[in-house]
Amino acid sequence: MLRIVHKLRSGFAKMTVREAINSAMAQEIERDPNVFLIGEEVGQYQGAYKVSKGLYDRFGKSRIWDTPITEAGFTGLSVGASMYGLKPIVEFMTFNFAMQAIDHIINSAAKLHYMSAGGLKTSIVFRGINGAAASVAAQHSQCFAAWYSQVPGLIVLSPYDCEDARGLLKAAVRDPNPVVFLENEIMYNEAFEVPDNVMDKDYLIPIGKAKIMKEGKDVTIVTFSKMVKFSMLAAAELEREGISCEVINLRTLKPLDRNTILESIKKTHRVVTVEEGWGQCGIGAEICSIINESNAFFHLDAPVVRVTGADIPTPYAFNLEELSFPKAHNIVEAVKLVLK
Amino acid sequence: MIFRISRSCFSSISVKLPPFKVHHLELDQLPQTTTTTSAELLAYYKSMQLQRRMEIACDNLYKQRLIRGFLHLADGQESIYEGLHAALTFDDCVITAYRDHCIALLRGDTPHQIIAEMMAKQTGSTKGKGGSMHYYKKATNFYGGHGIVGAQIPLGTGLAFAQKYNKKPNVTLIMFGDGAANQGQLYEAANMAQLWHLPAIYFIENNLFGMGTSIDRASANTKFYTRGDVIPGIQIDGNNVFQVRETLKFAKKHCLEKGPIFIEAMTYRYHGHSMSDPGVTYRTREEVQQQRKTRDCINYVKNIILENKVADEHQLEEIDNTAQNEIDIAVEQAKVDPVPPSTELTTDVYVDNQNHFIRGILYKDSILPKSQ
Repeated sequence: MLRIVHKLRSGFAKMTVREAINSAMAQEIERDPNVFLIGEEVGQYQGAYKVSKGLYDRFGKSRIWDTPITEAGFTGLSVGASMYGLKPIVEFMTFNFAMQAIDHIINSAAKLHYMSAGGLKTSIVFRGINGAAASVAAQHSQCFAAWYSQVPGLIVLSPYDCEDARGLLKAAVRDPNPVVFLENEIMYNEAFEVPDNVMDKDYLIPIGKAKIMKEGKDVTIVTFSKMVKFSMLAAAELEREGISCEVINLRTLKPLDRNTILESIKKTHRVVTVEEGWGQCGIGAEICSIINESNAFFHLDAPVVRVTGADIPTPYAFNLEELSFPKAHNIVEAVKLVLK
Repeated sequence: MIFRISRSCFSSISVKLPPFKVHHLELDQLPQTTTTTSAELLAYYKSMQLQRRMEIACDNLYKQRLIRGFLHLADGQESIYEGLHAALTFDDCVITAYRDHCIALLRGDTPHQIIAEMMAKQTGSTKGKGGSMHYYKKATNFYGGHGIVGAQIPLGTGLAFAQKYNKKPNVTLIMFGDGAANQGQLYEAANMAQLWHLPAIYFIENNLFGMGTSIDRASANTKFYTRGDVIPGIQIDGNNVFQVRETLKFAKKHCLEKGPIFIEAMTYRYHGHSMSDPGVTYRTREEVQQQRKTRDCINYVKNIILENKVADEHQLEEIDNTAQNEIDIAVEQAKVDPVPPSTELTTDVYVDNQNHFIRGILYKDSILPKSQ
């Protein structure tokens, strides 16, 4: 493995989310000869965002496959390979490009086990960056969490920090179902301290289990991916004003961890959901509905407040883009609204 | 029926193959004749009759509304499936679109399982959850059974990729029609197959019509065997079981040594695209009848049998009746089989279904994970 883990003190190391994903892939490719990485620029270019850096030099062209710019082709090819019994990790340069291949993710992979009455399965991971980056404009900034989360047969994961990235990606590779793994470009550069056990080659995080990042008693904030960072910033600011927020990092979008969310509501009685994607039929909408359908509804002291991306294709201008997606101050405002 | 097993059962009969058209290949690489035996001729005849009778039975069942939804029949094209079955093994993969019943039959499903599936019974090949377009059998490397035109092409290319990755001495037969041959994903997949020398046979069943659109109205270049560009190609008579067989044997050898190949098999479907298409608005009844009279793939084998005195009309009629009987029994059995139990509604969504939440129509009807 690359010497990318910086030892800080005994039992801990510091690494970026990029390095976390890189090391997780390296370990899984080492562990199982059926696992391979495939996508545009993943090999000789060292990865469009350098996430697969060093893997080609270490594992060679039989395990790290550079493809032409043909998403429908290489995604279908990968699904076919997984039908035979291999375990592809398919990298999309961004999930915006995966729309060219979405028929294979949904119709060829997700539905296959059911249509074949269990006769065929596709153990495959589709990973790549999702949501807004910085100034990349409308066609490169969409969040696809809601679309994929709706589909029966798919597992949908979205890591926030290094622990998430490592544990969830390794769990995804080892899961027998097709998994959509939504990463975030801005988070790639963020560094986190990780305890030694997170670097273990068998470190796994259970799929379908959310993580309480910070305990609190006044409001529950439910979120995922980069929005966890802003939620934590908002929670710190609110703490200074005497408002105690519980921040839930969903980690898995499908299946959603209903229990953790509902138990938290019974404690705090108020909920704010935060997502970068568009509001209609989004993750926040689903959480509102989940609450509605459970007895946790009767524990609410106020309606749920959703914080979402604005209902617009993403503009290029920096100042406009800043107004397009939730920031910490929007979350602070939402918490104060739900407490009113 | 008693057959006198004579020496002539095993002595070879020579068959002249129709001419080939080639692209980036030399004609002298391909055989001009092949041989067969009495036993083999009768086996092909019987098997193709069984396919034919099965497809016709499905037509009747559909008209009785015992089969519903989409039904795409392959009667007229049986020699393609027989030929591929003769040339390849169960370690070679096959994948196709939705005109898949005959392949399901040859890859190990019984007529009963196939018909029961279309009649939505629990005894069907995929428990009644797939239907006409979704047959699969991992054990014999048959990967379906796909409803989206062209999707099977990159999938099949992936099967070939996996065979090569695992260093198998086997190939993948990727079947699609003249309509699918214009799909972009074919070119994306074939490009990678050629780059990476994958053992992929791109097999075009050219029955002259993509649904209701003739090849001339859909394709700027109707020489489908040349559409692989730098990839070699061969055009054959798909209604000649021997030419299909010998070409696929050649193709397999080519794939394992060099890489992908395009095979275009000229054929004809007697039915329309599906049961909702009468098949005579874009072609004439006379044309269909003419095809039946002069190019039927089963009659071709029948004539060889009669000419070589392998069997007489009466004996062939007995084979026909045996095949029909087998189908009739399968239909009658399927009619009384039960439909899938309602518990099957929510099974097989995930491989480890018991670990997952499956929402019902009302939340209260949802299936919770075992752990909850």
